[in-house]
Amino acid sequence: MRFTGVVTVNFKKSVLEPQGQAVLLSLKETGHENVSLVRVGKHIEVVIEAENKEDAYDKISKIAEELLYNPVMETCEIQILNEAR
Amino acid sequence: MKAGILVFPGINCDNDLKLVLNRVYNFQTEFLWHTNSFKVEHDIYFVPGGFSYGDYLRSGAMASRSLSLRSLKDAVSKGIPAVGICNGFQILTEASLLPGALVKNKTLKHIARWENLSAEGLFKNNFTEDYALPISHSEGNYLCDDNTLKELIENEQIIFKYKKNPNGSTENIAGIASKDYKILGLMPHPERAVFEAKDWPKNNANFGKLFFDFIFSKIYS
Repeated sequence: MRFTGVVTVNFKKSVLEPQGQAVLLSLKETGHENVSLVRVGKHIEVVIEAENKEDAYDKISKIAEELLYNPVMETCEIQILNEAR
Repeated sequence: MKAGILVFPGINCDNDLKLVLNRVYNFQTEFLWHTNSFKVEHDIYFVPGGFSYGDYLRSGAMASRSLSLRSLKDAVSKGIPAVGICNGFQILTEASLLPGALVKNKTLKHIARWENLSAEGLFKNNFTEDYALPISHSEGNYLCDDNTLKELIENEQIIFKYKKNPNGSTENIAGIASKDYKILGLMPHPERAVFEAKDWPKNNANFGKLFFDFIFSKIYS
């Protein structure tokens, strides 16, 4: 079966993320003073052949560890959608 | 001496390095293309600057997973030195050959200018007080966890610090070495400061040469 995995990569909370800071500043300047934090991350879609949802999760986890994120500075979350879009 | 220069799509300092190594040091050079593994038969390897794979995903990420990098890992495990400059430094950290990572400059801007540097570690006392090299990068902000920083300091692995931090780099780090100094990584471009250019500050052309003179005569002699 084909599955779509959504990999969300973002900077660790401890890392100052300048893009998010710039967006936050812009939001505040345009009157959105209730916003306190913006972090700009990456949304990566991966379509993969797998036995089932768990298998798809394992395979995409492996891909994420191998290339998609760098644990020195980033965190990664994986969500498997039921079927490929 | 025979130097291998690793080349990836988007790399643009490969010829600058070749010119310096050929003309100034009389090295034989070979370009090593990313899609091929290579035979470890060189005395030193260079990973040049540029924008490998368009800096997609993270700078250096895709290049660090290429076939030629596997050969480079093989070479350094045999004790052959490797020097990464700018994108080359980013590639070496992504390949876990050097600790830490390089992230976007704090200012979000690409910075291209001369930066004054202080030489540290084994490099200390071998460079002039007014030493400077050109930098040109968007992602030169060196990042590592506290333990790694502690190790870098204790083992004297920091080779260059910016005198005035241009990019938010931890501890003003501009370049580091592996514990045994077989692997060097730096954001500034010594290869761009070897031949004189008209509009440069006087004497600065010598600064790039000082770097290569030092590593070839003292570190990798």
